[in-house]
Amino acid sequence: MVANPVVDPAAGVAPGDDRTVDLTGLQTLIDVLAGRGYAVLGPVVKDGSIDYGPVRKVSDLPVGWGDEQAPGSYRLRRRDDDMIFGYANGAQSVKPVFFPASEVIWRGLRDAEGAVVPRREQHDEGPYAVVGVRSCDLHALGIHDTVLLGRRFADASYAVRRADAFVVAVSCSDPAGTCFCVSMGTGPRPTAGRGAPFDLAMTELLDATGHRFLLEAASERGVEVLREVGGRIADERDRSDAASVTESAVGRMGRWLDTEGLKDLLYASADSPMWDEVADRCLSCQNCTMVCPTCFCTDVEDVSDLAGDSMQRERVWDSCFDSQHSYLHGGSVRRTTKARYRQWMTHKLGSWIDQFGTSGCVGCGRCIAWCPAGIDITEQAAVLREES
Amino acid sequence: MNAALATSSQRVVVEDPMVPRSFVVTRTRQDTRDTATLWLTAMDGAPLAFEPGQFTMLQAYGVGEVPVSISGDPADDGVLQHTIRDVGSVSHALATAETGARLGVRGPFGVGWDVGTARGRDVVIVAGGIGLAPLRPAVLEICANRAAYGEVTLLYGARTPAERLFTDELPRWAAEHGVAVHVTVDRSDDSWRGPVGLVTGLVDRVVFRPELATVLVCGPEVMMRHTAAAFLDRGVAPADVRVSMERNMKCGIGLCGHCQLRELFICQDGPVLGYGLVASLLTQAEL
Ligand SMILES: Cc1cc2nc3c(=O)[nH]c(=O)nc-3n(C[C@H](O)[C@H](O)[C@H](O)COP(=O)(O)OP(=O)(O)OC[C@H]3O[C@@H](n4cnc5c(N)ncnc54)[C@H](O)[C@@H]3O)c2cc1C
Ligand code: SF4
Ligand code: SF4
Ligand code: FES
Repeated sequence: MVANPVVDPAAGVAPGDDRTVDLTGLQTLIDVLAGRGYAVLGPVVKDGSIDYGPVRKVSDLPVGWGDEQAPGSYRLRRRDDDMIFGYANGAQSVKPVFFPASEVIWRGLRDAEGAVVPRREQHDEGPYAVVGVRSCDLHALGIHDTVLLGRRFADASYAVRRADAFVVAVSCSDPAGTCFCVSMGTGPRPTAGRGAPFDLAMTELLDATGHRFLLEAASERGVEVLREVGGRIADERDRSDAASVTESAVGRMGRWLDTEGLKDLLYASADSPMWDEVADRCLSCQNCTMVCPTCFCTDVEDVSDLAGDSMQRERVWDSCFDSQHSYLHGGSVRRTTKARYRQWMTHKLGSWIDQFGTSGCVGCGRCIAWCPAGIDITEQAAVLREES
Repeated sequence: MNAALATSSQRVVVEDPMVPRSFVVTRTRQDTRDTATLWLTAMDGAPLAFEPGQFTMLQAYGVGEVPVSISGDPADDGVLQHTIRDVGSVSHALATAETGARLGVRGPFGVGWDVGTARGRDVVIVAGGIGLAPLRPAVLEICANRAAYGEVTLLYGARTPAERLFTDELPRWAAEHGVAVHVTVDRSDDSWRGPVGLVTGLVDRVVFRPELATVLVCGPEVMMRHTAAAFLDRGVAPADVRVSMERNMKCGIGLCGHCQLRELFICQDGPVLGYGLVASLLTQAEL
């Protein structure tokens, strides 16, 4: 059995440890993390979206980029300022960093008798320092820690990648039209003790007086890193400015999901006509599950070399929208798009609560923006509520 | 780089439940046209203890891996026994494996029949087709402690007389261990003198105390639903009827998500579940 390596580090941290830095200080933060042996990842512009990638310089970050998101649409836009974390989110959360879309579980070589001898594939990437994790995604990461590490059996490779990870969370200043973290209780401000543990919380402040980053320590490691980074001790103005950033973000949420009694509503609505109606539009394309930061379904694939001397078993992301997901000899359990959409939404907003004690949705809005048909989970939930 | 600062001992993996142990096939038996039983021993020599009703993820290297219930004797953890029906590519490779072949084994996984909790009670075991394989360890455990149980009955439905499993053992369970054995077939032939029809048709013959009965059912889902309904009609509480569920399984350990039935992970919460827990889920189509 694999021990859960993710410990809550918030002990022994005082407000006096918090620092405020300028752009040079942000570069110092990246350097200090790299100097401590972390592979530093942060948001970068890639393929018309924001993704996580290696970051060495501040200029690698999405300086001056924002995004516009609506049902069925995602578009990067140039901001009229130099905000670095002034976008809402990209197609992927940090999920692929710790839980890649495809990875080798074990390799088998043939021994002298021609028999396969399986050997576990060592995954020793990292340790990672991830800069710029949104509060919604921090909650999704916490959910993955529960799903993949917090139960009877753990995902061994996830455990390795997750161990020692250093997380710099970031407050949201400019939520998208598809965001609804406030209604899910998952944002927009990273809060110690809620979601996955983090080491530093960052708030970007840009006004007439210049570009500042409030860095609040949330772990002993975070305090140590801040000592090395330097900068000035955070003052009251920094804190109140940071508070107004997230307060204004709260007021600009594009969407709202009423979660009251939602699980029971979904359980009671298995025969609702809503599923037929949404199935007429749903393409079963799997996009929603591929961009969702909490989806964890996987399949396995065997790959052999042509001569058959070696083989490897891979674990790949899967989706309950795939017709094979529920396949049993003779046919799939969920044959129709209607049944698959019902599984997806009922799992996210209902049965997840029975399984893991939280909702499976953190309100990031990705499934709404990346759905080619523009199907909106908050709207579908509202339809069920009206019908009931 | 100062990696020592950033890394801890947490990065060392001790054991990975997704990596199989290799077992070697030591004996095979063709049970019926399409079903065979394998005897397996671990290459590493370590025993594989299991509870009746548990399954392993059994792997034909290079072909694939599927869940298969253990059909052997729980008192003997040195031998792993599986009875496999050839229905597709993986089960074909497994059912036709020859002596000396190596297979990958992960497990045992899941919650079994929990036979011990039926001590002091009447036990009715109902099997359809290959469903007798996962129930055989339960029968063996009961027979080994026969005095601890009240009336014990086995109802078994096979498609044809030729497709009956464990034909040499059924009379022994009856003669040596006082198990009332009733076998029915869907389609009869010249050799058959017994009942013809669905296994649910045998329920009326069973002698038991409804308030003190534990019913164990394994077979196709429709058969389990109808069987459960027949016993509920005779006054057995839903929680005292246990069914073994089948869902697609890619991990067996609660991680891959494939086996979900609403809030249940069949691989971890089951495969054996109280009927009271699943009745409403099974009557909802395509859940
Ligand atoms: C808990 C459990 C215990 C089982 N015990 C036995 C047993 O003791 N003996 C036996 O013969 N069979 C048993 N089965 C059924 C066995 O797993 C399937 O027959 C097998 O998966 C078919 O695979 P295939 O590749 O040969 O067939 P295909 O029809 O080609 O199936 C393709 C894939 O679909 C999945 N699949 C298909 N049918 C099933 C199924 N019924 N259950 C789960 N996954 C399926 C598998 O991943 C399979 O590789 C059990 C199933 C479960 C869930
Ligand atoms: S269901 Fe949609 S909004 Fe909720 S966490 Fe997943 S992608 Fe984000
Ligand atoms: S069952 Fe569907 S919604 Fe649930 S985790 Fe798997 S892919 Fe996501
Ligand atoms: S078989 Fe993978 S979660 Fe149950």
